[in-house]
Amino acid sequence: MSAAITLDHITKTYNKGATMAVDDISFAVEKGELFGLIGPDGAGKTTIFRLLTTLLLPDKGTGTVVGNDIVKDYHKIRGIVGYMPGRFSLYQDLTVEENLKFFATVFGTTIEENYDQIKDIYGMLEPFKNRRAGKLSGGMKQKLALCCALIHKPEVLFLDEPTTGVDVVSRKEFWEMLKRLKAQGITIMVSTSYMDEATLCDRIALMIEGKILSMDTPANVIKAYPEKLYAIKSSNMHGLLKDVRANEDILTCYAAGEYIHLSLKHEGKESEAQLLNFLQERGDTDLIFKETIPTVEDCFIRLLGNKDGNKEGNRN
Amino acid sequence: MKQFLSFISKEFSHVFRDRKTLLMLFGVPVVQIVLFGFALTNEIKNSNIVIVDNAKDLASQQIITKLASTTYFKISRELMNASQIDAAFKSGDIKLAIVFPANFYTDLLHTNKAQIQIIADASDPNTATTLTNYVNGIIADYQSQMNATIDVPEQINLDVRMLYNPDLKGAPNFVPGVIAMVMLLICVMMTSISIVREKELGTMEVLLVSPFKPLYVILAKAVPYLVLSLINLTVILLLSYFALGLPIKGSLLLLYAVSTLYIITSLALGLLVSTGAKSQYGAMTLSLVGMMLPTMMLSGYIFPIENMPLVLRILSNVVPAKWFYIIVKDVMLKGLGFSYIWKETLILFGMTVFFLTLSLRNFKTRLE
Repeated sequence: MSAAITLDHITKTYNKGATMAVDDISFAVEKGELFGLIGPDGAGKTTIFRLLTTLLLPDKGTGTVVGNDIVKDYHKIRGIVGYMPGRFSLYQDLTVEENLKFFATVFGTTIEENYDQIKDIYGMLEPFKNRRAGKLSGGMKQKLALCCALIHKPEVLFLDEPTTGVDVVSRKEFWEMLKRLKAQGITIMVSTSYMDEATLCDRIALMIEGKILSMDTPANVIKAYPEKLYAIKSSNMHGLLKDVRANEDILTCYAAGEYIHLSLKHEGKESEAQLLNFLQERGDTDLIFKETIPTVEDCFIRLLGNKDGNKEGNRN
Repeated sequence: MKQFLSFISKEFSHVFRDRKTLLMLFGVPVVQIVLFGFALTNEIKNSNIVIVDNAKDLASQQIITKLASTTYFKISRELMNASQIDAAFKSGDIKLAIVFPANFYTDLLHTNKAQIQIIADASDPNTATTLTNYVNGIIADYQSQMNATIDVPEQINLDVRMLYNPDLKGAPNFVPGVIAMVMLLICVMMTSISIVREKELGTMEVLLVSPFKPLYVILAKAVPYLVLSLINLTVILLLSYFALGLPIKGSLLLLYAVSTLYIITSLALGLLVSTGAKSQYGAMTLSLVGMMLPTMMLSGYIFPIENMPLVLRILSNVVPAKWFYIIVKDVMLKGLGFSYIWKETLILFGMTVFFLTLSLRNFKTRLE
């Protein structure tokens, strides 16, 4: 297996070095891999995409896409990659078919020639092919954008936050499509700020402030979570969070969906009982307390290393 | 080539599907021509005047008939004596009063000298000046007619001729001006907005990450607006010919050729704006303030350049519209050939080359 994408000590700054976007990053993506860049807005995900798609030049370091240098061989790269920018919204005033036709022509091909490449996805859009792209729902827009990025049979697919602003069902469908594309041997690099999507990747890189904090398979990232993680819930969640914070044995705690996730400084039955006691004394009722398996989000929050440990960590 | 054609047809779809753009594209020139042609004219028609004819002789009657026969004046009434003039002005509906002294014709015959008093309402100085000029013209005309029949012409013969526009009509001047403005509006504003829109939509990123050469992206953007501008030019010329009765004296081919040159200058400017602007709003502001304003002010079409302070006169030389305005006036109104306008054309050509090189160099094949 050869690497489809490599980055070697890549650094990129904006505003003449004042803003650090990507800070000395190195990694490789194998051919046929579905690789996820996970991180909040401003982590540097988009910059990595733009560097790899030759839209930006790195300040330092080198990178390759299918063996082509991202600086010298930029023209070659532009022919073999498919790219869906984060704010890509197609031509709103052209119909579905016209959009696809246009991008097919620009990439030197036709819809008919590569129809089987997009058949699965375009099949869903075909009933609406005479509708203008601006009138499509968010999910359909993303499908059309993916079709446009796929129409020329790219070897590597770059998808920058393809599911942002898309409903849950469409997001699920979208990831199904990515799996099918992966099965065809296309290398896919995708970024997302939805942590729940991270587990759908082969490997993920957790990014923050231009640095990669951790990179592994989602399962290994979760396994590496060092402490026991608990979930707790009561009838009065707001009061509960305050009370939990007041406890001295708490290492981290934050709201995560309907539960509060927390870890303790001293693990074991004794500390758990002490915490429950402490909360009951403070008048928290209907307590549900259990150990839980960390999610990628929990790993991420831990890596962020919030010193006060009580920041709102939930993004969805 | 197929890619290129597909790109051009896409551009046309953008224009034809956006009603607002279409309205601006073809509505603005029509409105401007109609506005400037009929409403905002310097000509003054049907002004109410009063006459105090103390002479009531042959000469005074002839002059009054001459005045009344023009479209400029409407004689609202004749007053019995000069003391009533003040009241007539105060009633507000008259612009001018003309007083003939007693023995007007006799004076003219015997002393070769006679006076007419013209009293104008100078609260609007421009109207007053224009109207007195009209009266002067008419009386001078009468004098020359009279002198032709008598042996000893001793009156001062004013020979003022208004070349190319003897009736001081507004239309000949502003039609070239409107052409210069509209071409600039379409080319600079629309081109820059359409390029910046692609940046905003993220489609520019995709186009850059495609085998399609960035240079072709620009060309494909420029061609539709070149075509639209030429259509627009035709609309303006047809309107000015049929609605305003303004003939095109020079060669039509030459007019279209220099217009194409000017359109390319404007397209290059539009491209330059698009490389600097980050949003559609920014592109619009930059085109309006940076391009439209200097064009309106410094092209000589609204304010004569000769009357400007030296700094502005020098500055006006870098405004392409100034040179285009001169060329169009020469070709359209004076009917001059290329040998008379080659200098201006050369300057315009130089500007085109300069702006085109500059904007092509500024257009990036990457994002920064």
